[in-house]
Amino acid sequence: MKQSFFEIKSNTALTDSIMKMELKGDTSEITRSGQFINIKLEEKFLRRPISVCDCEGDTVTIIYKIVGAGTEQMSRKRKGSLDILTGLGNGYDTSLSGEKPLLIGGGVGVPPLYMLAKKLIGEGKKVSVILGFNTKSEIFYEKEFADLGCEVTVTTVDGSYGTKGFVTNAMDREYSHIYTCGPEPMLKAVYNESKTSGQFSFEERMGCGFGACMGCSCKTLYGNKRICKDGPVLLKEEIIWEK
Amino acid sequence: MGKMSVNLCGIELDNPIIPASGTFGYGYEFAELYDINILGTFSFKGTTKDARFGNPTPRIAECTAGMINAVGLQNPGVEKVISEELPKLKKCFNKKVMANVSGFSVDDYVYTCEKLDKCEQVGWLEVNVSCPNVHGGGMSFGTSPEAAAEVTKAVKAKTTKPVIIKLSPNVTDIVSIAKACEEAGADGISLINTLLGMRIDLRTKKPVIANKMGGFSGSAIFPVAVRMVYQVANAVKIPVVGMGGVSSAEDVIEMMLAGATAVEIGAANLVDPFICRDIINELPSVMEKYKINSLSEIIGGAK
Repeated sequence: MKQSFFEIKSNTALTDSIMKMELKGDTSEITRSGQFINIKLEEKFLRRPISVCDCEGDTVTIIYKIVGAGTEQMSRKRKGSLDILTGLGNGYDTSLSGEKPLLIGGGVGVPPLYMLAKKLIGEGKKVSVILGFNTKSEIFYEKEFADLGCEVTVTTVDGSYGTKGFVTNAMDREYSHIYTCGPEPMLKAVYNESKTSGQFSFEERMGCGFGACMGCSCKTLYGNKRICKDGPVLLKEEIIWEK
Repeated sequence: MGKMSVNLCGIELDNPIIPASGTFGYGYEFAELYDINILGTFSFKGTTKDARFGNPTPRIAECTAGMINAVGLQNPGVEKVISEELPKLKKCFNKKVMANVSGFSVDDYVYTCEKLDKCEQVGWLEVNVSCPNVHGGGMSFGTSPEAAAEVTKAVKAKTTKPVIIKLSPNVTDIVSIAKACEEAGADGISLINTLLGMRIDLRTKKPVIANKMGGFSGSAIFPVAVRMVYQVANAVKIPVVGMGGVSSAEDVIEMMLAGATAVEIGAANLVDPFICRDIINELPSVMEKYKINSLSEIIGGAK
């Protein structure tokens, strides 16, 4: 983990409520896809944990949803620097992917899969992606995943674009391993539908984001884990569904 | 004796800075970030007789200038703390650590304190009679002078190390509880634990925290903490460890002027993991600015 200042290079809207921010700084601690960064906003006490969408050279890209006052304030920033903790969380393990991994993202769970897809394609894997959204106007990054060389399927709950229904409606296919990130009900549905091993990225309200406060603990078959430090990615085989 | 050193219940601290229990784990996590031997000491994660997972999540809520937590004393239990956590700590911390203990009965407190009292690494026992996040224990011992005195007396009878009783601010008269602990043999008092608080999510129209209520901490509570430390320090003769919203070198000095011999730093660690290191580095220049030659001389200086 590292604490350093990042310069805001850009901060633009992808949809009505989804923003993309590019930050320039010391990215040396960002070593795996699926990790997150924790951003201090002067107006807020706790930092805002946001997953890393991409990291190239000294630039890290995050995609975040405006959900409350903190992300609302973040969305209005166009320049300046931010105090950020980097290198948080375990991230995805690409060594378990097999040859035909399937990546499944729901809504604001899509971004961390982008850096993962890039890595997997770089390793010569044949990557399929299912991106799930509520409706057409909420879709983002379909083209970006296709440009990487992924086979992309988009699902919308209302059927306004792509396959109608949930991401699980598009899972009937061959794959070697599942990587997923999204709201917990979606993760659980993917878990029940999946036929292979997999890695599931969870979200929880965090205090510190680096393992000190025990605010985001969960029970697993491998013992108690902190989503921020021992996660956010859990192996399918260790997950206990409590909620 | 250095300009920043203080004596806490007979043990000399290089400086008064002590990361508070529950915000610093068992220390080794922070040792990856900086050399934690620069600290005065630290108070490790609240430890109970048996292992506890704690409360359901969400356990955390944001507030203006603070946060609410309802972790509920998650810890591996005293046996594992002694067999696993303390050996790991030994590799990165060569000072005496403050052992924070919680319980659900007087016997629980005594059992856990007795075990930790025998550990060479432990310098002080900080007995938490003030956790707001567990039912049927914790805070209930800290809300009456009689119960707090009973725990103090029972722990003192079975231990040899200095016993510091950590008090709750969620009481009508904290001074009477502090005095009862002193009379029962406490070697020190630490305060304040978190203030009982609550947030409600407007979108779901439900409490943010699964346990509904939790402990409010952070810079917002600093004035309350200063006032209570001042009241208690003026009523007892034993040392007082002040905490509650401390987040700068200036806050440390203010807390000491109110009567604190040493100062614990809690929620601020969770936002800025380097804050204790930075405060220790900044203290000399802030002392110079306010013409303070030695920190131990200013304890209780505000009359």
